[in-house]
Amino acid sequence: MKSVIFRTVAPFLTSLMTLFSIFVLLRGHNEPGGGFIGGLIAVSALAIYGIAHGVETVRHAIYFHPMAIAGAGLFAATVAGLISLFAQVPFMTGLWIYPSLFGVEVPLSTVMLFDTGVYLVVVGSISSVALSLEERGGE
Amino acid sequence: MDIAALTFLALGLPFVAALVAPVLTRFLGHNAAWLLALAPVAIFLHFLRFVPEIANGEIVTGGYAWIPSFNVSFSWLIDGLSLTFALLISGIGALIVLYSGGYLKGHPHQGRFLSFILMFMGSMQGLVLSDSFLMLFVFWELTSITSFLLIGFDHGREAARRAALQALVVTGGGGLLLLAGLLILWNVSGITQFSLLLSFGAELKESPFYLAVLLLVLGGAFTKSAQFPFHFWLPNAMEAPTPVSAYLHSATMVKAGVYLLMRLNPVLGGTPEWQILLPLFGVATLVSGAALAVRQTDLKLMLAYTTMASLGLLVLLTGLGSPHAIEAAALYLVAHALFKGALFMVAGIIDHETGSRDLTKLGGLRSAMPLTFAIALAAALSMGGLPPFFGFLAKEEIYEALSSFDRRSMVFAALAVLGNALMFAVAFAIALKPFLGSKVETPRHAHEAPVLLWLGPAILALKGLSIALMSGLAHRLISSPMSSAIAGEPRTVTISLEPHIGVPLLLSAITLLVGVAFYLNLDRLRAATAVILADIGWGPDRGFDQFIRGLLRLAVAITHRLQSGKLDVYMTVVFVLIAVVLLATPVHFGELPRAPFFAADVPTHELAIMAIAVAGLLAVVLAADRLTAIVSLGIQGFAVAVIFLLYGAPDLSFTQFMIETLSVVVLALVMTRLQLSPSDRRPLHQKVLDSMIALACGFGFGLFLLRATGTPFDATLTDFYNLYSKSIAHGANVVNVIIVDFRGTDTLGEIAVVMITGLAILSLVRLRAGSLKRGADVRKDVEERA
Amino acid sequence: MEAWFALLVGIFFTVAVYLMLSKFIIRVLLGVAVLGNAVNLLIFTGGRLTRGVPPVIAGGADALGGPAANALPQALILTAIVISFSFFAFLLVLAWRAYEDLSTDNTDEMRVAEPVKEPMPPLGY
Repeated sequence: MKSVIFRTVAPFLTSLMTLFSIFVLLRGHNEPGGGFIGGLIAVSALAIYGIAHGVETVRHAIYFHPMAIAGAGLFAATVAGLISLFAQVPFMTGLWIYPSLFGVEVPLSTVMLFDTGVYLVVVGSISSVALSLEERGGE
Repeated sequence: MDIAALTFLALGLPFVAALVAPVLTRFLGHNAAWLLALAPVAIFLHFLRFVPEIANGEIVTGGYAWIPSFNVSFSWLIDGLSLTFALLISGIGALIVLYSGGYLKGHPHQGRFLSFILMFMGSMQGLVLSDSFLMLFVFWELTSITSFLLIGFDHGREAARRAALQALVVTGGGGLLLLAGLLILWNVSGITQFSLLLSFGAELKESPFYLAVLLLVLGGAFTKSAQFPFHFWLPNAMEAPTPVSAYLHSATMVKAGVYLLMRLNPVLGGTPEWQILLPLFGVATLVSGAALAVRQTDLKLMLAYTTMASLGLLVLLTGLGSPHAIEAAALYLVAHALFKGALFMVAGIIDHETGSRDLTKLGGLRSAMPLTFAIALAAALSMGGLPPFFGFLAKEEIYEALSSFDRRSMVFAALAVLGNALMFAVAFAIALKPFLGSKVETPRHAHEAPVLLWLGPAILALKGLSIALMSGLAHRLISSPMSSAIAGEPRTVTISLEPHIGVPLLLSAITLLVGVAFYLNLDRLRAATAVILADIGWGPDRGFDQFIRGLLRLAVAITHRLQSGKLDVYMTVVFVLIAVVLLATPVHFGELPRAPFFAADVPTHELAIMAIAVAGLLAVVLAADRLTAIVSLGIQGFAVAVIFLLYGAPDLSFTQFMIETLSVVVLALVMTRLQLSPSDRRPLHQKVLDSMIALACGFGFGLFLLRATGTPFDATLTDFYNLYSKSIAHGANVVNVIIVDFRGTDTLGEIAVVMITGLAILSLVRLRAGSLKRGADVRKDVEERA
Repeated sequence: MEAWFALLVGIFFTVAVYLMLSKFIIRVLLGVAVLGNAVNLLIFTGGRLTRGVPPVIAGGADALGGPAANALPQALILTAIVISFSFFAFLLVLAWRAYEDLSTDNTDEMRVAEPVKEPMPPLGY
C-alpha cells in the first residue's frame, strides 16, 4: 500500500491491537472477551500490518510459521484437558492454583491455558489463510 | 491338557499353520509341505481318539462363552456325523497338502497357496464341528471366502477371476439365506445350539415359521452343494489348481450343504415339504449333472459334473429319509470323498506329467505311468460301484433304499440307475481312456509322478478297498454312528460284501450293463448331449453373466439419475425437501403457530437496524458488480453484530464484527483476482422457480421459529450454567465459562476443525496452477484410449 | 418481539437459499455466508430475547440473578461464527482455484469429477 500515513501508523496500530487482543483474552473469563475474540483481533492486527508492509515483513515479525502457532495452540488446549487426568478427575475438568507473585495473588488455571490454546489456534489458522491470500494478491 | 482345550487348539491349528506356511515355504521350498501336513495329521489323530467313545453312542460337546449376553458360544458338537466329516477333512487335508507340495513345486506363490488351503481346511473343520448357529454361520462364510481366494488363485486369468466371483456370489448369497433361516429358528425356539435342538423338532414342525426356516436353510444348502439350478459355479471352479478341485470341490466344501441337511434332518426332516423338495432337487441335479459330465472331454470338468451328480444323489437320499436311505447317504458320502479325491488327484497327475487333460488327446499312458493307472482303476471301480470296493456297498444300500415298490420310488430308482450308469461310463472313461490304446503324443514327455503326487491318491484308493473288506469294523466305528446322528436315533448299518440276491443286486446289474453300453458309445452320447444343450442355448451360467451385467447397468442408471453432476439440481432437491418438511409437518400435526403478534412498541433504532440488514441482503441479491456485493454482504453482517449487541450478547457482537471485517478483506483479496461478476445471468423462469423455493424455505423457517418461541421456555440448562459458573468454574462471564470449561471438549473439537480448514486452505492456495485441469486431461486421455 | 425476529430470520433464509440455488459459484458463496448468519439468528432467537443485559455475573454475586440474556445459545453461536468463517474461507479459496483451473464460474461446466458422458464401468471380471 502506498499511503504514507497508513504505512507509518500501521506498526503502532498493530502492536496496540495485539496488546489489546491479549488483554481481551485474559479478561475473557469474567467479562466479555476470550480466546476466540482475542484471536480474531490479533489476526486483524497482522492483516493490517501485512497490507501496509507486505506479507514477508509480517512473516518475519511473527517468526514462527502461522500453522506452527496454531499447532502449538491445539497442543496447549489438549494438554490443558489432559492435566486433569493426573489429578484423578475426568478429562477437561478445570483446575485452579493461586500462587503468590510479589505479594499479589495470581489465579492460574488449566482453563486459562485452554483459552490461550484457542487464541493461538485462531491466530495461527486464520492469519495463515489471510497471509497466504495476501501473498497471492501481490503476484 | 484336557480334551476341551485340545479340541479348541485343533480348531485353531490350521489357521496357525496357514500363518507360518508362507515363511516355511520361503525357506524350505516345496518340502515345507511335509512339515505343514503335520498340522492336519495331528488334528486327524486328535479326532481319532473320539472314535471309540462315539461308536458307543455318546455325544461330546464342549466350548467357551463367546457373547454371553446374547447366549452365543464358541462350542462344538462331536457326534457320528461331525466326527466322520472331521476325519475326512483332516485326513484328506493332510494328503492334499502333500499333493500341493508336489503339484505347485517351484510356483512363485506356493506358500500363499498352502496358506489358503490350510485356512480353508480350518474353516471347513470349524463348520462341521460347530454347535452354535452363529459359529456355523461364521465358518460357513469363511469357507466361501477362502474358496474365493483358492479359485481365484491364478488371478491373472479372467476365467479364474470370474469363477471365483461366481462361487463367492452364489455361496455367499446362500450363506445369507442360511443366516436368516438360523435367526428365525433361534427366534422361534430360543435355542442357539444344534445339540439342544433335537428335542424341539416336533414343536418346530407345527410352527407357522417352519416353511420359512426350511426354504431359507435349503437356499443355503443348495447353493453350497451345487444343486440344480445353482450348480453352475462348481464346474467353473475347476479354474482353480487341481489340489483345490480335489479337496474343495469333491471331498469337502460342496459337502457342507449336504452336511447341513443331514445335521438338520432330525429337526426339519420327515415332513411332506422336506420329502418333496429335497428328492426333487436331488434327482434333477443327479440326472443333469451326469448328462453334463458325459458331454465334457476335459478330465477335471467331467469329474466336476459327476461331483454335482453325486451331490444330487446325496440330497435325494437325505430327503427320502427312510432308514436305508439315511444309511446309504452316510456310506455314499464317505465313499464319494475317497474315490473322488483320488480321481481328481489322478487327473491332476495326468495334467501335470503330460501337459494335457483333454480325454481325446490322451492315450497309451499305462506303460509310462503304471502306478497312476492302478490308482485310477481302483478309484473308478469304487465310483462305478463294483465289488470289492466301498462304492459297491454304498450303491447296494442306495438301491435297497429305492427298491420299495410304490410309484415314486420306482421313478426315483429308474432315474438313479440312469444317473449311476452315466457316472459309471464317465468313471471308466477317465480311468481307462488315457491309459489304454495307442500312445498319443502329449505336450510333455509322460513319466511316472513323484511320490508327493501319487502318495495321496494311492492312500485314498487303498482306503476305498480296505473299508469294504473290513466293513464290519468300519460300520461299527463310522457308518453306524454317522447314520444314527443323521437319523437322530440309534441305527446299525449291516451291509457287507457277501452276495445277497435281491432287487438291489438286480438294479446294480442293470446299472452295470447300461453303464458299459454308455461307455462303449461315449462319443455318440457326447455328440447327442452337445446338440441338446446347443438347442437349449441358455443356462444359469450365462444367466449369472446377465445378472451381473444387469446389476451393473442398473447401478450406473441409478447413479446417473441421482448424480446429474449439476450442483443447482442437488441444491434444488435439498431445499425443496427442507421446505416440504418445514411446511407439511406442522400442517399435518396441527401445530401451526398462532397469528404473529408484531409488537408496536419496538424501539425505532432496532427496527432501523433490521431494515439495514434487509437492505444489505437485497443489495447482495441484486448486486451487479463485485464491490457492491462485498460491501452489501458486510452491511448485513454488521447489522447482525449490532443486533447481538442490543440483545445482551457483547461476545457475539465483537466476534461477528471481527469476522465480518475479515470476511470482507478475504473476499476482496480473492475477488480482485476472480474477475467475476456476481450478477445473475440465468433465464427469468429459472429465477422465478428459485425464488419460489427460497420463499417457501424462508417462510418455513419463520413459521418454525414462531412456533418454537410460542412454547414455554425450558430454562433448566441455562439456570444451571448461571448458577454454577462462578461457584464451580470461577468465571463471571457465563458465555466464556461454557465455551472453555463446561463444554470444553466441544471447543477442543471446534478449534481442531478451524485448524484443519486452515491447513486445507493453505494447501489449496499452494497447489500449482493448472493441476485440476491436468487431471481432467489425463481422464480424457484414458477415455479416448479405452 | 419474536415475531419481528421470525420475519427477519425468514428473510435471511430466503435470501440465502435463493443465492445458493444459483449456478454461479460466487453467488453460491455469498449464499453460504448469509446462511451462516441466518442459522445463528435462528438459534439466538430460539433461546429467547432479552434486551441489554449480558450474562455476566456481577462483582460480589455468586450466581447470575435477575433477568439476563440466555448464555447457552451465545456459547453455541460464538464458536459457530468462527467455524462458519473457516468454511467460508475454504469454499472461497476452492472456488477461486476451480475458476483458475477450469476457467469457468458456472457449476454446470465443472464436470471433472462427474463427466457429462461418463463411460460404463468395465463389464468384465
